[in-house]
Amino acid sequence: MSKGEFIIEAQGVYKSYRMGTAQVQVLKGADIAVKKGEFVAIVGASGSGKSTLLHILGALDRPDKGVVRFEGRDLNGMGGGELNEYRNKMIGFVFQFYHLLDELNVLENVILPAMVPAGVFGWMSKRTGVKKRGLELLKAVGLEERATHKPYQLSGGERQRAAIGRALINEPRLLLADEPTGNLDSATGNGILELLERLNRAGQTIVMVTHDERVAKRAGRTITLADGKVK
Amino acid sequence: MYKLVLASRYLYRRRISFLALAAVALCVFIVVVVMTVMDGLVGDFKRKNHNYTGDCVVGTESLVGFTYYEDFARIAEKADYVEAVTPVIKSYVLVGAESSSRNIGAELMGVDAAGFSRVTGFGQTLHYHKNDPSKAFNIKGDANLPGFVIGVDMWIGRNEKGEYYYDPSPAATALSVTCFPLTAKGALAKAGTDMANTKTFYFSDCSQSGLARVDGAVIYLPFDEAQVLCGMTEPAKRASWIHIKFKQGTNIEEGCQKIRQMWGKFYDEHKGKDNAELLSQVSVQGWKEHRRESIAGMEKEQAMLMMMFGLVGLTTVFIVYVVFYMIISHKTKDIGILKSIGASCGDVIVLFLGFAAGLGVIGSAVGVAGGMLFLWNINRIEGWLFERFGFQLWDRTIYAIGEIPHRLDLTMLVVVTGCAILACLAGAVLPSVGAARARPADVLQVSQL
Repeated sequence: MSKGEFIIEAQGVYKSYRMGTAQVQVLKGADIAVKKGEFVAIVGASGSGKSTLLHILGALDRPDKGVVRFEGRDLNGMGGGELNEYRNKMIGFVFQFYHLLDELNVLENVILPAMVPAGVFGWMSKRTGVKKRGLELLKAVGLEERATHKPYQLSGGERQRAAIGRALINEPRLLLADEPTGNLDSATGNGILELLERLNRAGQTIVMVTHDERVAKRAGRTITLADGKVK
Repeated sequence: MYKLVLASRYLYRRRISFLALAAVALCVFIVVVVMTVMDGLVGDFKRKNHNYTGDCVVGTESLVGFTYYEDFARIAEKADYVEAVTPVIKSYVLVGAESSSRNIGAELMGVDAAGFSRVTGFGQTLHYHKNDPSKAFNIKGDANLPGFVIGVDMWIGRNEKGEYYYDPSPAATALSVTCFPLTAKGALAKAGTDMANTKTFYFSDCSQSGLARVDGAVIYLPFDEAQVLCGMTEPAKRASWIHIKFKQGTNIEEGCQKIRQMWGKFYDEHKGKDNAELLSQVSVQGWKEHRRESIAGMEKEQAMLMMMFGLVGLTTVFIVYVVFYMIISHKTKDIGILKSIGASCGDVIVLFLGFAAGLGVIGSAVGVAGGMLFLWNINRIEGWLFERFGFQLWDRTIYAIGEIPHRLDLTMLVVVTGCAILACLAGAVLPSVGAARARPADVLQVSQL
């Protein structure tokens, strides 16, 4: 497989955390490579470093050692502004606990990433287009009737679908999902997985972290993380 | 754009924001009300002192006075920046009713009523001769009797609203005025049983300067009469002070400086002459310097008040700091989310500082509006409280204060509002910076939620 085929790859990634007086080594040289259009599930036991690896891939955290490349570019070489742009434009994050902002309604939550890089005047010029896309996304995830509702008025599954809509608003090249069904019942979780599968069939690259083997089977490829390394 | 939206949502959707807003509004309200009242009192007090003194004085605190005052007054009058000049005798006397052996000490001001009214606000302080102050010492019905004008608090009482009981047809009540005349060297001019000069004067008017220490202690006599009583006619005519009013538009400090130069030249020309030794005691003072004993106390109180308001400002900063610390500690998840979608540290700081600025703007607007409303009605409120509960901010039977000052100073409002906004920003800076430094991977961890 040539280098150019990978949308994201991590090589020899180490990461440790301080917990009280002890230094806990979470990742011990993890390697991963994901091709464009793939739907990859990272599985492993609790504490195996799945979420940490996902955070490092999404530039929410930095590795102690190792290289992460997105489309060939080393994330370690990016400045603060470039990393912000990377998180805003290249990556879409879906969290286990949805992480919607309580003060905004569903549509505002979905279009929030499009608002982040825009100034007041820039936003004025693109507001209509962004709102239109936001409504299209809400329709795609089955929430068109819930656009003006507040997050607390939605069920868990609806919140997660809204979070997926938010992750997709800037048409990211990579969708990172951290236990997207972990907080949902199996029927609702199944609906979310079907949505992810549909997105993947449409060309969206997805990396999903889960501890559930049945969920992982829905992905095209499974990577198992154990003791801080990929098996 | 999202910062504006989120900041405004945080502002009106979180109950704790309203507490911070109320704290800012209350602080601004207190500062606006107290500063307006205090500034009004100090400004009024200074204006009254200025009115009482004129712009500049040349003279001495010595009861002996100084010679050649007429010569200097003539020279000063010719200066193109001088409007009017008048000499004044200042001494201390005993005054008593003719029918009684009791007497009280008083401050004597010997003035030429017309001249003194041109230089100072004396004419406007009179009750019966306001329209023609040159006749302030004239007695109705008998122009030959020597009249006196007396500080209003020495003569008549006030009701609880601060209004004086003026008699529409006052009697020419007689008062005997006794003074110990002094020689040019400061010794008693007379000896034996006849060492004091006593003369009877008749009530012609009251003076209400609004200065408690003046209205409660000063008796005004015609200049010539006062000069004789104080023995300041021999061996050469003497006066205590020359009061000067500058022409409109003249800077008082500059005018005083010119008078100082003029006096220096005058002194050099006269120092060898007869009875000129008293000239060495003469000083030239602006009105503020001349009345510094009275004004300094007020200014000190004002400075202390400013210091106290500095502490109020610090309290506001602390309140905002606590509120923001609480808000931000409840908003760590939001910060993590914003950073995960590409918001920078600067964006997070701007978001919370925008929130703080909004808090400051709305809080100070509410405080200023409340303060203005309260000040516009402060005298009505005090009147209502007095009628219902007998409460007065100042006992008008004692203090020479009429209305509670309530004139708003636009500059003060702008400064207070600006300070309130800055205080909010100052209180929000540390929590905002702390929030901006939070790592999204840490705050979005399941264990942190």
